[in-house]
Parts: sequence; structure tokens; C-alpha cells
Amino acid sequence: MSTHLTESAPYPRADVSPPSGSLFPHKHLLGIWNMDPTSIKHLLDTAEKYVEQNRQAHKTTSICAGLTQINLFFENSTRTLMSFEIAGKRLGMDTISMSTGSSSIKKGETLLDTADTLNAMHPDAIVVRHADSGAIQLLAEKMDCAVLNAGDGRSEHPTQALLDALTIRRRKGQIHGQTIVISGDIAHSRVARSNIYLLSAMGARVRLVAPPTLLPKDIERLGVEVYHRMDEGLDGADVVMMLRLQQERMQGAFLPSLREYYRFWGLTSEKLAYAKDDVLVMHPGPMNRGVEIASDIADDLDRSAIREQVEMGVAVRMACLDVLTRHLREKKA
Amino acid sequence: MITAFCNARLMDPATNLDTVGTLLTEDERITAFGADVTAPEGAEIVDCKGRVLCPGLIDMRVHAVDVDAALAGGVTTVILQPDQTTIIDSDPVVERIRGRSKDSTAFSVYPMGAATHGLKGEQLAELGQMQQSGAVAFTDCRKPVSDSQIMRRLLEYAGYFNALIVQFPEDKSLAGNGIAHEGEVASRLGLAAIPAAAEVIQIERDVRLAQLTGARIHFSLLSSRDGVEAIRAAKKRGTRVTCSTAPHYLHLNENAVEGYRTFARVSPPLRSEEDRLALIEALADGTIDTLVSDHDPRSADVKRLPFGQAAPGVVGLETLLALSLSTVHSGKVDLMTLLRSLTEAPAAMLGLDTGRLEVGRYADLAIFDPEKPWVIDAEKLLSSAKNTPFDTLPVQGQVWRTIVGGKTLFTREV
Repeated sequence: MSTHLTESAPYPRADVSPPSGSLFPHKHLLGIWNMDPTSIKHLLDTAEKYVEQNRQAHKTTSICAGLTQINLFFENSTRTLMSFEIAGKRLGMDTISMSTGSSSIKKGETLLDTADTLNAMHPDAIVVRHADSGAIQLLAEKMDCAVLNAGDGRSEHPTQALLDALTIRRRKGQIHGQTIVISGDIAHSRVARSNIYLLSAMGARVRLVAPPTLLPKDIERLGVEVYHRMDEGLDGADVVMMLRLQQERMQGAFLPSLREYYRFWGLTSEKLAYAKDDVLVMHPGPMNRGVEIASDIADDLDRSAIREQVEMGVAVRMACLDVLTRHLREKKA
Repeated sequence: MITAFCNARLMDPATNLDTVGTLLTEDERITAFGADVTAPEGAEIVDCKGRVLCPGLIDMRVHAVDVDAALAGGVTTVILQPDQTTIIDSDPVVERIRGRSKDSTAFSVYPMGAATHGLKGEQLAELGQMQQSGAVAFTDCRKPVSDSQIMRRLLEYAGYFNALIVQFPEDKSLAGNGIAHEGEVASRLGLAAIPAAAEVIQIERDVRLAQLTGARIHFSLLSSRDGVEAIRAAKKRGTRVTCSTAPHYLHLNENAVEGYRTFARVSPPLRSEEDRLALIEALADGTIDTLVSDHDPRSADVKRLPFGQAAPGVVGLETLLALSLSTVHSGKVDLMTLLRSLTEAPAAMLGLDTGRLEVGRYADLAIFDPEKPWVIDAEKLLSSAKNTPFDTLPVQGQVWRTIVGGKTLFTREV
């Protein structure tokens, strides 16, 4: 019997106010590692509300009016940046985005100096993406406001994991007890790491399927099951998450070719047949059609939740911004 | 002038001497020592109160000359690595460094020359000329000599001069751009990793080349169990191989980088717990010949960066003895063996005329209390930067006096 305390067997503290008075007793959103199920559940519950709001004609509220949000992207991004920008604007925040091309990191300024400079402008929330693992944690040490991790090297991408969890919860009813397969370039994926932590914390059974070259050492110690063959890994799966395969992985001799990767690890109808009939297919995007996923699966509205994930992304990011700036609004009131 | 160091526990690893007695120095040399030696009239008396008096420590791998830090750590001789602003790869540079330390009454600095031009691993450096100018060994420092043919020629050529080649054992292509030990911690933190096999592969190739050429080879900074096992086996076969490690590999494992602590970023990376224990065992049985500090002062400017961008390296001269003594206090290594690895062993390897107590030799001495407890405080370190991962660590064993050429250059108030 599972000893996990999750939404099906409510976590004892989930429905009572913890001593701190907050269901999310964190200043920043740096990662899922060390985040307890109560906090995760609280973010997901809050996001549910925004899913409904985003489907209305009037999507914008002004609960965060007057607060400043800075999106600081040291790495290129379109969807995450857009998603955070939209999330902020729908809450009524003043949103400013800055990405590598225009920032002074190119002029040789260190990360901490950039942090200092931005801190002096008194933002209320800062959303950061950086190519170096641990960079965002370092930056957060200098910031007075809430720092949201929008992708940190290979280490974590918490909002992606949260939106994936929300998608699964809405489609499957709960996360607890689901068999969830994560397949693809685990070694270089921050999405995979955050998802492993989150889904395990919520009581799911997580399996990784990847060629040995794309699996990090000792990853099974995180409590996941590791497979190399798709048919074994997909056997009886409830959810399949495919990860994007970077084209440059051919250079480092991780793989011989995209063609070969697709043959053995690409998600096709034949391979998907090993999973449960009502399997849910997910992908954090952007997709490489014909590399890690076949077009017919990606476009199958019954099984693919890929578009829904993007929708949940905005709601989850609104929830994160809402929860992390709540103390500011309470003070004002 | 005669100075008498009375009531000292005289320890000389070269002769296994361990007795309470007196050591006399006249001007810069040792004149007598032993249990039955008494201070002559008119001598300056220094009461050591039972503290250990041993040859001044020799640190075979420092990247910067931090005199105050060295003296505070009981170190009287340092071997400077060639990776300086001006790379030590020709005899004028060697001469300049030797010249500076000959002039001063301060402690000795011997340079290691580059093994290849500009540390590039392509063309042999002028080993003979540098050796005549005072270089004690040759190394490419933080980089391995990767090309097997060049390594072979290097060993053959060095053999003619009986010069010691020091190799940094890390297979370059296997290490890639790794910055942490390949294991659970690096996987979780998302850091590019170096497997322990990168070390042993390089060692095994070079041991074969040493056998082929009959030359001497020294491996610096061992970090893994497989690495020490390869050395142990090579020694058993009679290969002329020696090796070193640093106290941080005896104290810390991969967990130290948790939280992306850049102060624990070192090269080679801190490895697993079983590697750490194997290193202590190897020190105890003599497989590891010498302990080095790998003293590498780095300012906060290059340390307060994301883990991947931060410079590797720690300061270690002041904490070398205290950290090493923990292996003695935990009962794993005996004091004489430890002192040998810090004095006689490096002296013998490099052909230095220090590192032992002998009448007529220069009086380079360290006096320390092996039991004295204290707490490492990064801010109070005398080194030019404070990048130690051991801030606030309680340790046992503290240097009381450091004597160079008969002169007491460091005394700690008690």
C-alpha cells in the first residue's frame, strides 16, 4: 500500500491553515524539489479558478493592479515568455520583458550585478530563465521580491511541471496512482526533473524511457523506474510525456541520427498501443514532428493534451504570480 | 646565535624518530637534536610544552605564493604550479621565481615547469634548461597531457634528466565540459558530469607509458577509489609511480555541491563517499605519497557566479595540516605516516634538501599542537582570498610556530 498522502487521501494539513497562515509558505518559486504536496495542491487549486476565468469573455482582473512583473530571459523562449506575459497582464500587473539580446549581460555584467540593478527598481515579481543550472537560485539570494523560475539550466522548470500536473488532474481526475511515462532526452531536460519531483510527490508512478545515452547517472535513485525499450516502458501507461529532442544531440554522439531515434523511441501508434486505451499524450513543446512524436498522435484530439497544456500554462502562471504576491496585496488592504 | 627548542616531541618521518627532547639551531642550521640534548648556556630557550616539532611542511601544489598563509599553516616550502600569468615554460621565468626566493630569508618557492609549451600539450617545453635553472618537476598543471605519443616522448626525454613528470589524471574527452562528479547529486542538480572512470583511464594509460619508458611519473590530486587502486597495482608491479591528493578530497564528497555551492567546485570534482573513504585508506597504507593543498585563491568575483561559470579552486595552505590531522584523530592514519606525506615524501620525490631533521641542514621547522581545537573562520584566513568550503568547521591541531632558516617567522599567540 502506498504511504503517499495525496489528494485522494487528503494530506493532513491540506485543509487546515498551517501556522504560517499560508498554504504556500515560500517566498520564491525556484523548483519543485523540497516543495510539499500541500503547496503543490494549493497552486493547482488556485490555477483551476483561472482556467475558468481564461475561458470567459472578460479574462482580465485587476487583483494585482499596480504591481510590477519583470520577465528576464537569458535564454531564448517564445511560449514560456508569452505565457508569463499574458498571465501577468490578465492579473492586471505591469509587465516588462527583457531577453538576452537587449540585456547588459552581453556587456559583461555579472548575474548578481544585474540582480542588484533590477532589485533597485523594486519589482514585485521577477520571472527568470537562465542556461546555467543553479543561476536562478543564486539570483534569488539577492532579490527582495518573489523570483519565479521559468527554466534553470538542466535543473528545474517548475511551472511546466505544474501545468502538466494540472492537465493530468483535469483529464484523469487525480495524479495519485497514475502510471506516467516520461520519454526522451532526460539527461538535458529540466522539464523531466521538475516533473519527476512533482509527480512522485503527488503519488504517481513515474517511468523514464530513453536510450542509455540520454539518461543521467543514478537517476533511479530519485524513485523512478527506468526503461530503455518503449514497449516495456509504455506497457499499461496512463500518461505519456514526450520530451523535445534537441538537434545538437547528434554532435555529442548521444545518438546516431534522428531517423534511428524515431524508429526506436519516437512515439508512433504502434508503440502507443502498448499503453492503456485511454492514454493521454503530452509534450511540453515545441514539437519535432517525425522525431519524437508522429503527427497523427500529436493531432489526435482524444488522446493528445498538447494544446490543453498551453492553455493550462497561462492559468498555472497566473496562480503562481497570484500566490507569490498575495502578501503584498494583503498589506495594502 | 643558538636557539634551543626544549621539551618538544621531536618527530622525523625520515628516520621514524619520535621522542621528547630538545633541538638546537645555530644561525640558520640545525646543530643537534635528541632526547639527551641540553640547552647550552646563553642559548635562547623556547619551551615547546610537549608540542610536536617536525620538519617544515612541503606543499607540492600551490597556484599562488601566499607567504603569510603558508607560514600560518606550518608550510616552509611550496612548489608553484606553472599556470601563472606568465606561464612557467622557459628558464628565464624559472630563474626569476627562484631568484626571488633565494634573496629573501623567507621560505622557499620552487617552480614546477610546464611540460609542454604554453601548457598546450603539443610541443615539449625546455625541460633541461628549466631544470638547471631550478624547476623541480614538470607538469601541464590543470590539464592532462592527452596525446599518447607526446606523453611517451615527454617521459622518455624527462628520463634522461631524471626529471619528474606530474600528470593531471583526467581523460579529456571523457571529462568533456563536466563540472561535477557523475552521480545522483549531479543528475538531480542538472550539472554536466565527469565519471570517475575518466581518472582511472588516464592513470592506466600513463602507467603503461611509464613502464615502457622506465621514467618516473607522479599523478596529482587523486579523487577516486578506482584511481588509487590503479596506483596501488602499479606500485606493486614496481612501476616508478607516485601520487597525491588534497585534504578536501578526504573531507568532502559530492554532496558538498548541493545548493550549487561554488566554493565546493574543484577540479577534479568531489566524488562519492566510497571514493572519499578509499582515499583515506590509501593515505594510511602509503599508496598516496603526499598531501597537497592545491592552494588557489579566487576572489568572490569569480566565485559568486552560477556554478557552471564559477572558477574551480579552494585556498588550503593554512588548513592543510589541521584538515589532514582529522585522519589521525579518527584513528585511520598514524601521525608519523601523515607527517611523512607532508615532509619527507615530497622532498624525496622532488630531490629537495629539506623535509627532514638532520644536523647541518637548514632549520626549516614547524611546531604544532596536534590536539588543539579551533574553528576555521574564512574571514580570518591570511590568504589573499577566502574561498574555502570549510568556513565554520571545527578542527583539531594548530600550528604554533613556523621556523625558516633558523628564524621564527610565525608565532601564534596562545
